[in-house]
Formats: sequence, C-alpha cells, structure tokens
Amino acid sequence: MSVPVFTAKALTKIYVSGEVMVHALNEVDLDIPEKEVVVLLGPSGSGKTTLLNIMGGLDRPTSGRLFFRDLDLTDLEDRELTKYRRDHVGFVFQFYNLVPSLTAYENVALVTEVAKNPMRPADALALVGLEARMHHFPAQLSGGEQQRVAIARAIAKRPAVLLCDEPTGALDSKTGIRVIEALLGVNRQLGTTTVIITHNASIQEVADRVLFFADGRISRIRTNEARREAAELTW
Amino acid sequence: MKVLDIKLLRDVRRLWAQVLAVALVVGGGVATLVLAVGSHRSLEETRIAYYERYGFADVFAQAKRAPKALTDRIGEIPGVAAIDTRIAKPALLDIPGFSAPASAQFVSLADTGEQHLNRLYMRSGRFPAPGRTEEVVVNEPFARAHGFVEGARFSAILNGRKRELVIVGIALSPEFVYTVGPGDLMPDDRRYAIVWMSEKVLSAAYDLDGAFSAVAVKLQPGASERDVVRRLDALLDPYGGQAAHGRKDQTSHAWLDHELDMLNNMSRTLPPIFLLVAAFLVNLTLTRLVALEREQIGLLKALGYSDGSIVLHYFKFVAFIVVVGIVLGGIVGTWLGLHVTALFGDFFHFPFLVFAKAPDVYLTAGALSAAAAAIGAFRALREVVKLPPAVAMQAPAPPVYRRLLSARIQLDRIVSQPTLMMIRNIARHPVRAFFTALGMALATAILVVSLFTRDSMEHLTDVTYFLADRQDATIGFAEKRIANVVEQVSRLPGVLAAEPFREVPVRIRHGNVERRIVISGRPAAAHLRRIIDVELRPVILPETGLAISGMLAHILGVGPGDSVEVDLLEGARRSVTVPVVATVEDYFGIRGMMEIEALHKLMREAPVVTSVNLSLDENRTEDFYTAVKSIPTVGGVALQRVSWRTSARPSRCSSPRWRVSTRALPA
Ligand SMILES: Nc1ncnc2c1ncn2[C@@H]1O[C@H](COP(=O)(O)OP(=O)(O)OP(=O)(O)O)[C@@H](O)[C@H]1O
Ligand SMILES: [Mg+2]
Repeated sequence: MSVPVFTAKALTKIYVSGEVMVHALNEVDLDIPEKEVVVLLGPSGSGKTTLLNIMGGLDRPTSGRLFFRDLDLTDLEDRELTKYRRDHVGFVFQFYNLVPSLTAYENVALVTEVAKNPMRPADALALVGLEARMHHFPAQLSGGEQQRVAIARAIAKRPAVLLCDEPTGALDSKTGIRVIEALLGVNRQLGTTTVIITHNASIQEVADRVLFFADGRISRIRTNEARREAAELTW
Repeated sequence: MKVLDIKLLRDVRRLWAQVLAVALVVGGGVATLVLAVGSHRSLEETRIAYYERYGFADVFAQAKRAPKALTDRIGEIPGVAAIDTRIAKPALLDIPGFSAPASAQFVSLADTGEQHLNRLYMRSGRFPAPGRTEEVVVNEPFARAHGFVEGARFSAILNGRKRELVIVGIALSPEFVYTVGPGDLMPDDRRYAIVWMSEKVLSAAYDLDGAFSAVAVKLQPGASERDVVRRLDALLDPYGGQAAHGRKDQTSHAWLDHELDMLNNMSRTLPPIFLLVAAFLVNLTLTRLVALEREQIGLLKALGYSDGSIVLHYFKFVAFIVVVGIVLGGIVGTWLGLHVTALFGDFFHFPFLVFAKAPDVYLTAGALSAAAAAIGAFRALREVVKLPPAVAMQAPAPPVYRRLLSARIQLDRIVSQPTLMMIRNIARHPVRAFFTALGMALATAILVVSLFTRDSMEHLTDVTYFLADRQDATIGFAEKRIANVVEQVSRLPGVLAAEPFREVPVRIRHGNVERRIVISGRPAAAHLRRIIDVELRPVILPETGLAISGMLAHILGVGPGDSVEVDLLEGARRSVTVPVVATVEDYFGIRGMMEIEALHKLMREAPVVTSVNLSLDENRTEDFYTAVKSIPTVGGVALQRVSWRTSARPSRCSSPRWRVSTRALPA
C-alpha cells in the first residue's frame, strides 16, 4: 500500500487562555490515504477546525507528529510551511473569503500566478460551472457562486489535498448540493484527497470515511462501502 | 499585470480621497522644502553673481579726509586685490512737492569713468557727463518712489550750500541693495536716496580735493580680512579713520544675509511639520486598511504568499501615495519657488536673477518623504507580518477590552454608554490615540507658526513705536555737535521735547570673541528713546558702566560684573576696559548702552551729540520741515512715525513683516 497523504501521531493542540487550558486536540492518531474523501463531523468546539488548520499548515501542534506523505510538517519553519501551503494545499472556507476588489477570474489567478503547475483560471472556473461569470466581482455573485469560485481557486493549482471548513455552512440546501457536487467532481477528475468539515450529517453519505469528533478526539470512524452521489442528498 | 497590482490600483481608486489627502500633505512637505531651499539657493546665487559681476568690495572704511596718495600704501597691504577710494557724504535733500525732509548718501563717481568696485548697474540713462556739475545718478527705488525719470530735478544741501541737481541716470548697486536712512528703523525710499555724482564736483563741495573719505577694498582669495582691517585702520587712523569692517558689518549685505536666513529657516520649520503629519496619516490610513483587510491578508498567507510579498503589496500602496505627493509637491514647489524668487528678486532690486538648479533638493525631499512614510507604515506593516494565517481565516474575534478602573467604580453611572464606548476605544488603542492627538497638534502647529510670525512682528512693531522709540523724528548731524545744539533744536517750530543721543562705534571684545557694535548714550531717564526689555519694562541705565543686550552677553560669554575690552573707534581711539553692569533682554539685536554722561567721561569729551530725538506737534510738522532744511549741518532727518506709517501700507509689494524684521540686525 502506498504512503498515506496524512499520518497523524498523538497529535495534540493545547490552547492556553488565561488560566484555562483547552485541549483542542488530544493525542489524535490518523491516516488519510490518497484520493480519499473524508468528512469530519462533531459538536462545536470538538477540534475539527484545529485539525484542519494543522493539516493545512496554518497552525502548529503543541505536541505529536503530522506527516504529509514523507514530509514532517511539525518540523517546518514558517517559510517552508508557506511553501507547503502554496504547493500542495487548497483551502475552501465557510465564508468563501474572496478578495472583493478582484473578479472571479482574478481571484483564481491569485493562486495560479504563484503555483507550480496550475490550470488556466478559465478551466478551473469551467470545472465548477462558472465560465460565464468569470469577469464578475464577488459582490455580483450569489453565495453559492462565490463558494464555487473559492473551490475553483482552491483546485486551480492542482493541489494534493483540498481542505474545506464548512463549505456549505452559509448556503441553502440546493446550493449546498451544487457545491458538494463540485468538490466530488474535482476528486473524481483529479484524484484530490479531500477533507470536508460539516455540521450537516447528511453530507457523510458522500464520503469514503467519516470521522466523528468529540472533545479533541476521534470518537468513532465510519467507513462507507459505496459513496453516494451529491445529487442523491437531501437536507 | 500581477493580480495583486490590479488589487492595488482598485484599492487606490476606491480610497482615492484618503490617498489624495495624504499625498497632498506629503506634497506640502516637499513643496515647502523645494520652495524654501530652491528660492533661497537661487537668491543666494543671484546675490553671489551680482556681487561678482559688479565688483562688490570685501572691506569698507571711512575717514574724515585721507590723501589720495594713501591709495598706493593701501594697495601694498598684503591680500588687497583692488581698491576704490571715493567721497561719501550724507546730505539733506529738498524735493519739489515733497515737504518731508529727505536725505541721501552722496557717493562720488571717478571722473575717469572707471569704477573698480561696487560698480553700478544702469537701469536707464547714463553717467554724468564731464563738466556737467548738476548731473547725478540716483538709485532706482528712490526714483521709483517719486516717479522720477531722467531729467527730473531736485536739490541737495551739500556742505551747507544748496545745489540744483538733475537726474541723468537711474542705477542699482550691489552696495545698496538695502538702504535705510541714518536713524531710521526701516527703509523709506521716498525719504532716503543714494546719489552718485562726479568726484570732481563732490570733492569741490566738501573741500576734499586730492582726498577721499571712503575706501572699498577687494581681497585676494584666501586673504585674511582681519589682517587687512587692522592694517587699513592703522593707515587711516591719522586721517580720522572710522573702523574698517568687512561685509558682515556692511548694512546692505547684513540685511540681505538676514532676509535670506529667514527664507532658509522656513525650510527647517515647515517641511518637518508636514512630514510628521504625513507619517502620522500614512500610519492611520495603512493601519485602517490592514485592519479592514485582515481576512484578505490571512487568505493570501493561506494561499502561500510569503510575508515579504504581502508587505510589498501594502508598501506599494504607500509608495504610490508618496510618489504622487512628491510629484505634486515637486511641481508646485518648483513653480512657487520660481515665483517667490522673482518676487524677492524684485523686492531686493536685483538687476537679474539666477535660477539655481537644485536636483539634490528633489532627492532630499523625496528621500525625506519616503522616510517619513516608511516610519508611518512600519507599525502597520509589522502588523501584517504578525498576523497568523489561521486567525485571519476566522471572522475577527471580539477585541479584548479592559475595565478602565477597578470593578467597584462603575463608570457607566458617571458617563453615558456612548461615552463609555468612546473612552474604551481610546484606551484600547493608546498609541493610535496618541498619534491622532499628535497629528492634530501638528496641524494646529502649522497654523500657529504662520500666524505667530505675523503676530510677533506686530508685537515688535508695537514695542518699537509705542514703547521704545517714541520719538517722532530724529535729527542726525554729519559731524558730532556740542550738546547745546539740543537747546537750539528744541526751539525749532513744532518741537515739543528734545533729547540728546550720542553714538560711538566700538569694537567690543572678551577673550577671543569680538564684535563691532555701536554704544549709544542717552539720559538715564530718557523719555523719548527708551530701552525696553522683553518684559516690556523701561530700563533705567546705571550711572556708570556699560549695559549690553542679553544676546551680545551670550555671544561674548559675559554677565554683569565681568569686564569687557572696548576699542573706541572715534576720537582718541583708546582701548579701555569697561565693566558690564547690566544685560538687557530685548528684541533689538546686539548693542551697547550707557548713560550719556558716563559715555562722555569714557570718551574724555565735552558733552556732544550725534543726533537729537524729538517729539513734534502734529499740527506744525510742515513748519518744522521747512525749518530743519535750513540747518546746514544736519546730515539727515529720520521720521519714525512717517516711515512706519508708509511702510505699513498694504500697497507695498512686500508685507511689513519683511521690513520690520530688519530691526533684529546689529545696529
Ligand atoms: N485561538 C484559540 N485560542 C484559544 N482557544 C481556542 C482557539 N482556537 C480554538 N480554541 C478552542 O479549541 C477548541 C476547539 O476549537 P475548534 O475551532 O477546533 O472547534 P470546531 O470543532 O471547529 O468547532 P466549530 O464546529 O464550532 O467550528 C474550542 O474549545 C475552542 O474554544
Ligand atoms: Mg470549526
């Protein structure tokens, strides 16, 4: 079997604020193989975002190890972490986080300009079905469209992993389904390992594996034998 | 184009008002610097060129009557490059249709037609023709003030005899850029003239055949002015020589120096204020921008942009502002500089203008603005670096507020909720609050500084005319006169009171420091021409000893109780040691003051005066004017009230402050 994309060993993150110590992650062990779609579920404050941030190189663990393939992320300097993010990670955030003064095309170009082997921005937008809205500003797009631009931006660099923190959190169900569809489409076509945080239990149906979080630990793992298509979801 | 640069352009367009505001302040700094330094340099170069082309001398001396044969011996003084001897005499004028007594400095023109030094720039007309005894050349300001052109006539009382004169030429001279009548505090071109006249005619009028009364010397490069002055003094001493002096003590030159200094000072006061405000505004604008774009900065970091490239992006924003400011300021400063140079050139009566090229000023201004902006940007840019990418992805967390006072004191009982929010906000951003206050303070400072200059000048005018020099007129004599002249003068029509005044030129020395000043003697309880200190109190002179200006005391490093060496540059020309008994903190440059009797004792002379200060009956001034013109020995009449009133008229090309300021010169 090939090397997993992520390997976590006793990964721990402790936040100290004042006299309170919060174990956001408590000795998490985890493997995520290539091309897998993983959904993280769990109550608020259970440590999902913390894990995603550490996997994405936006934050560092307090102790434990996290490997990206053979690369030990825990040892990296700021510079190297920046390079890791640039070369390998695509992010999709709950609040889209587009630059309001740039068009859809330019928001995608923001990534393709600095990536090693990017798609053309127009192709990335076509993948999410937005080729007609390329030259619109975020303010001229609906929430779902904005999120799809964000996905186009995340995948345009052909990242190894796509990390999505509540990508449908701000969307209605119909739009949410279109967004999930876009993510799955990318996974299918490019084989991008995809991690999706959600509070929406029905989304777990599209995953290969579902990790249930509670109090900074993975309390349960469920493996889906057959993934559902996004179109089959309802919520 | 890079996408980030597109963002930059759109940001600039969106924030154009702020960008423009900051750019204008930067521009203000650049413009004032370019204006002040540029015009100062142009005027300085103009002056140098003027002096150069028209042979302005380096050393000047007067004598009563020195034989022309002395010229060769002066020429033998090591370091002397050229000499011009001439006759220079003050005289009263009588101008048709102008009742107030005007006076003039008469200066001889070599009949060979060859001037070595202090050559005239002829605005119009010609030199007096040989043999035409009535022909004269006058200085342009005087001609302009009376509307005189060639052919105009006026009279002068030369050595007690009235002569009819006709103007054949109008000229400028590097020696008389600034002219002020004896006893006057500021120029009045209508009442003071420079008149150039054939040497033969002037020497005949003053019985100075084969003699001269003034000498100007050009030094060789590197020659010691001090040595030449000493030797010249020694040569002229037997012939009633008055202390020779360098350009520093030449009235016109010293005044020009002073005016140019003021322009230079402007370059040191205004631009720094503008630049500080600019730094503050850059800080404010950029801090706000960074705070507003927190998520975008975090996003860029998450996308893999390095800190350096993000900082560069915001730095470009600042750079854009600064470049716009520098360009605007440079253009406006250059334009204003040319304008101001021309204005001053006209005011100084320079015959031509040299516009100095000053590429380094633009560089300096640019560098200073860039530095100011960089300082202003520094904090905000550091904030950009410090921002962790993860935090930037979340919605901004609620800021941490502090209780202002201990929990027991409930502020909301004392102030309203909105006020409390305001206070907490200020307490949360103490640095920003401080800079905001500082910025406003500086903005106010710019205003105050400019208003203050005017107010302080007005204050000086008040102090001068209503507290210190309260005389209406001063009659100056060509030679010192026995003190009983005071009684004679007090009997002239219209004279209400008369006070003696005795001036002696001296060199004052303590240790290595030496200055040339005038010691003035006046009655201890002078009523007209008083000494007023900075607290606006009249100063009563002690019965013996010397009082000096606080500034002079500071220069010499002496105080009351110390002694200074004084070379009396008149009469027996003794050198004496005199105790300093008081220092006077005043506004009037450096000078020495003594009780008049004490001065007579020091001079070992019978009571004499060099001038008489008068208070006049306003209704009888015409009578007084007529009477005073008939007194042969009067060298000039200064009309303080008249010159003040005329120079304060707004129609003059300059504001009064430029003229008033000249009083800060050494007497
Ligand atoms: N910067 C921080 N400082 C202190 N505590 C933090 C910080 N970030 C997260 N935490 C704490 O760590 C714990 C885990 O937070 P995390 O954001 O990972 O939860 P989550 O599972 O993503 O929750 P949600 O579903 O609400 O997004 C929480 O208790 C949170 O309060
Ligand atoms: Mg979360």
